[in-house]
Amino acid sequence: MTDPRMDVTGVGLLGEGLHSPGEPPAGIRRAPEGVDGLTTEHLIINMGPQHPSTHGVLRMLVEVDGEEVIAAEASVGYLHRGIEKLAEHRRYDAVGTLMDRGDYVSGIHGELAFALAAEKLMEVEVPRKAHWLRSLTSELNRLGSHLVWYGTFGLDTGAMGQFLYAMREREALLDILEAITGQRMMFNYVRPGGVLADLPVGVDTKIKAFTDTFDTYLEEYDQLLGGNEIFQHRVKGIGVIGREKALAFGLTGANLRAAGVDFDVRKQIPYAAYPELDFEVPLGSTGDAWDRYTVRMGEMRESARMIRQLMEGMPEGDHTAKVPKVIRPSEGEVYASVESSRGETGVHLVSDGTDKPYRMHYHGPSLYALQALEDVLPGHLLADVVMMIGSTDVMLGEIDR
Amino acid sequence: MSPVLSAVLKFFAALGIMLVNGVVMIYMLRKVLGHLHIRLGPMHVGWKGTMQTLMDVLKLLTKEDVTPRAVDRWLFRIAPAVVFVPSLMAYAALPFSDTWRIVDLDTGLLYTFAVLSFVPIGILMAGWASANKWSLLGGMRAAAQQIAYEVPLLLSVLPVVLVAGTMNLGGIVEAQQGYWLGFIPGWFALNPLMWPTLLVFMIAGLVEINQTPFDMSEGESEIVAGFATEYSAMKFGLLFLSEFSNQFIMSALGVTLFFGGWTLPWIPAEINHAFGPVIFIAKAYIGIAVMMWIRGTFPRVRIDQLMELGWKRLIPVSLVLIMLTGLFVKVVG
Repeated sequence: MTDPRMDVTGVGLLGEGLHSPGEPPAGIRRAPEGVDGLTTEHLIINMGPQHPSTHGVLRMLVEVDGEEVIAAEASVGYLHRGIEKLAEHRRYDAVGTLMDRGDYVSGIHGELAFALAAEKLMEVEVPRKAHWLRSLTSELNRLGSHLVWYGTFGLDTGAMGQFLYAMREREALLDILEAITGQRMMFNYVRPGGVLADLPVGVDTKIKAFTDTFDTYLEEYDQLLGGNEIFQHRVKGIGVIGREKALAFGLTGANLRAAGVDFDVRKQIPYAAYPELDFEVPLGSTGDAWDRYTVRMGEMRESARMIRQLMEGMPEGDHTAKVPKVIRPSEGEVYASVESSRGETGVHLVSDGTDKPYRMHYHGPSLYALQALEDVLPGHLLADVVMMIGSTDVMLGEIDR
Repeated sequence: MSPVLSAVLKFFAALGIMLVNGVVMIYMLRKVLGHLHIRLGPMHVGWKGTMQTLMDVLKLLTKEDVTPRAVDRWLFRIAPAVVFVPSLMAYAALPFSDTWRIVDLDTGLLYTFAVLSFVPIGILMAGWASANKWSLLGGMRAAAQQIAYEVPLLLSVLPVVLVAGTMNLGGIVEAQQGYWLGFIPGWFALNPLMWPTLLVFMIAGLVEINQTPFDMSEGESEIVAGFATEYSAMKFGLLFLSEFSNQFIMSALGVTLFFGGWTLPWIPAEINHAFGPVIFIAKAYIGIAVMMWIRGTFPRVRIDQLMELGWKRLIPVSLVLIMLTGLFVKVVG
């Protein structure tokens, strides 16, 4: 049997029935009848799943006329591990390990979303110290994730240095997170009821050493990439996802805020220690790739500021509430969400009163960003495709689950 | 010495320079990029990794040469040669010193650019013959960008020719002898009136040899490896080697046209005569180091922006520069 996705019609890709290409934007040359008696054909390019710039295993089918994109379709599912189904067979305290593997660059946020949902079902009171530790690890993880985005975005534009500079800072961050959680990537630190452990001895000096230098380094990085005129020409006005479109596609996080919509789960639906913290939410205006870049760079500054506040005001007390060994929440249905590095990461949890969830839905923001990308890609050049994938910071682990 | 023997010896001399250059430059690139990127680069094979590139050449020579089934075999095989041979030929006219030249051509400048303009043909052949969409895109990009930028590159060296009054590369170096105000070397690069020309030459030169920020024809983040996607083993090695060789040639041309070639100011003529080739190659390597510095820090330009820069800015600017230089030479000289 042939792959139906490879069939091509006169208007565009015959997709999987999910997405049909709309009318081509103005300015696109389409000449199926030919130019000067020569028939021309559009080229279908299969970008990925092994392409260097598709950030994991994204497969984009791109129809191009020369280098101009006529239609684009994302084909997802190459990293499907069945996280939602697996969660139905795990005890409540064991689902965190699965959430780590969803958005694997910012695992703490996934764990936290699940823990918040489970706590809503269990109706436990989480101690203040746990809230602060959750915020601290969240922000450390957000920085780590944004640094990966910064580095890979640099790679997408062809600047190799940015990636290695970002990895230097990320190494320090992972070192700190390893000291706190015992793991560099799959933390399993945030549990229903609190967190795994208190801060270890000596980690505060590590964090201080990091935050002392980070601001100056971040300024340097911003000048190196964002201050480069070639880079600015590459991203300004590219991939505009304006306010209406961003809201219609359900974008969240930096991609939404780049369009000027002031929505941040940390402010609007506060959780953990965020109500007690003083931080700004950077906003863009037009929603192009440049705005997404500046918003994320601003978020990194705010995160570093928050980490300093969290270390100064860290309260004393227990790091976890009294939680039974086998958690059996009452029947019910809840939704809880956090502001992850990519947007609103939510968990919809249905409990039937047993020790395992009846159903868990993982709401990942990247899938929505990817759908919006399909819509805005036509009319751009092939080189812009990688820039736009890079600027929206989609995470395939979260899209495919 | 019979002319045939002398020609054969000169051929092998050029080949030797090219191969040694390639190996040295790849090692240098890895080290320069490594230190720019706060890492060490190759460290394990030989002292500080010096043997690494030699081992890589051995690896390329012994690797299986994969030819995909769908390729146009004939074109696929000769394309690396079409890219490699012109860049070897370009060594012929380079004036390594007042006596060290393979051929002393009166049209040396024209000859060098003429042979270098074969390169995009080979790249286009490689891109088309590979039967790969990425290769095709890379080949098309290479053809578009290199043909477009040959015009400003050639126009940008014309003011130099006007001032020097010769197209002989050695003659251009001779024209840069002497001092202004008694102590500033007479290099064209130190003449403020030549700076716009130098800038156009540098930009167009980088485009012509496919270097960052203009390496669109193999932009790895966009089109995988461009025209070289389907090549393996020594065919890939040839494409790779000619790219480095072109980098050396462009740098050497810059040194010849603007930075006084094999000469150094303020030193006795005998010493200069004795160390001419060393000075020339050292200067060329400084130019290469600058290119590597750019490569380590700059993002890539987009193809439409590149075309716009070439056709709308550089060509008119270089035409105006030729006119102004012509007037200047007529009035002053």
